[in-house]
Amino acid sequence: MYDLIVLGGGPAGLAAACRAWQEGVRRILLVERDDALGGILNQCIHNGFGLHRFSEELTGPEYAGRYIRMLGQTGVEVRLATMALQILPGQDGAPHEVHTLSPTHGYEVLQTRAIVLAMGCRERTRGAIALPGERPAGIFTAGAAQRYLNIEGYLVGRRVVILGSGDIGLIMARRMTLEGAKVLACVEVMPYSGGLTRNIVQCLQDYDIPLYLSHTVTDIKGHDRLEQVTVSQVDANRRPIPGTEMVFDCDTLLLSVGLIPENELTRQAGIEMDRRTHGAVVSEAMQTSVPGIFACGNVLHVHDLVDYVSAESERAGAAAAAYLQGNPSASLPSLRLDNGAGIAYTVPQRLHPGIGEAQVFFRVNRVTGPAAVVAENDAGETSRFRRLRFAPGEMERITLPANLVATAKEHITLRLEEGSV
Amino acid sequence: MKEIICIVCPRGCQLTVDEANGYAVTGNGCPRGAAYGKSELQNPTRVLTSTVRLTGAALRRLPVKTDRAIPKGKLREAMALLDTVVAHAPVTEGQVLVADLLGTGANLVATREIPAE
Repeated sequence: MYDLIVLGGGPAGLAAACRAWQEGVRRILLVERDDALGGILNQCIHNGFGLHRFSEELTGPEYAGRYIRMLGQTGVEVRLATMALQILPGQDGAPHEVHTLSPTHGYEVLQTRAIVLAMGCRERTRGAIALPGERPAGIFTAGAAQRYLNIEGYLVGRRVVILGSGDIGLIMARRMTLEGAKVLACVEVMPYSGGLTRNIVQCLQDYDIPLYLSHTVTDIKGHDRLEQVTVSQVDANRRPIPGTEMVFDCDTLLLSVGLIPENELTRQAGIEMDRRTHGAVVSEAMQTSVPGIFACGNVLHVHDLVDYVSAESERAGAAAAAYLQGNPSASLPSLRLDNGAGIAYTVPQRLHPGIGEAQVFFRVNRVTGPAAVVAENDAGETSRFRRLRFAPGEMERITLPANLVATAKEHITLRLEEGSV
Repeated sequence: MKEIICIVCPRGCQLTVDEANGYAVTGNGCPRGAAYGKSELQNPTRVLTSTVRLTGAALRRLPVKTDRAIPKGKLREAMALLDTVVAHAPVTEGQVLVADLLGTGANLVATREIPAE
């Protein structure tokens, strides 16, 4: 019997487990399906991680190393090469069950009083975006190509087109260029980039790689291996415009078209989901609709920065500890955070009114110049948070003042307000 | 006057650098941005991250970086040099694999601890 089982040994699981231990929880098991801790950070060999969390610029493996060493100082039990197959929530305060499979322990049913979901996310594939054309070899998700290159040591192609301007695609444009490949173009269907501005500069502009905004792939040709990709401009409704076709001779197409939280276990357990984030609905304590089950990191919503994953996961670890130490909050609180105009989602989605101030992550659904996000509760209280710009590719973080939370009756609505600054 | 985007942190400040006025930087949100703007117009530098061959471990590649930024113009030459570097497990994080890479003053260091197999 465990007090806490953490599912996933990436940045979210590491931070949650470390923090729960620091808060006094002792029987903790961390389950990881890979052969090593660190998750996706191990293949993110570029730098730029940790400026918020550690006030210095680290590479992915170095950032993971900090937390792996921190975990090594604790008594948290770690099981690698172990796949969690199923979660069965306990009824009426009974322990939860986690079913796992591993080469060393076989099939096991583990009992635990609390669970932190930290399984991360995976990439959207060709199937998810319905790319037209033939189906030759040479089409990879950017993260798969990154793993081949940085972990296994294989360069997946020589002449490359990248579809999507998410950060992984931009990072791979630079990485493959440095390894001798020719990256012909980065193609983005939206009129703005999905990645961080710094990555447009240091990954594309540094290497003279053109970025085609409002363009998409409209045909793929190749018998065995990819031979040609056709790219067309799209109109305001994202429909290809005839006559704008450009043909690229290439052997590789990388897809950087979004990430999906990996929530099979969550759904199967009957936990309430948010169709906007594709993750669980949580309170400010990162607790899901099932008491004692918490969620954090990219399994909850896709983050831009690992630093924020760590901070959120430390909150989940601390909340799991508080739950175990006899401060259990029941099911989800009733105070809702609603998405008004211009807001794509918020995390958390629910708040306890008595918590004082509340930290909220959100994304907007369009690019703006100087603008404000307004939080308004149903008692007429408002707070305003100004920024020089908003973009869907950049997750924002605000702190709602205690008064706004305390006086709300049923909901607080966030909305984007332009031209008011 | 030249406008550039700062790449020091994810914030991406829009910098204006005045070459005629001692490369004075405006638009920066922190002192690191001012330093970046000055250096980017005079001697642009980047930290290089890549991998080198690894033996004696289950993993085949060891992630590495230069422990400080090197001139942008030397990145290609540095990549060619990395092809010749072989690391042997065990490796500690921060272990120097090549000292003073191409005379830049930067060391090539390991960024992941690899235990002996």
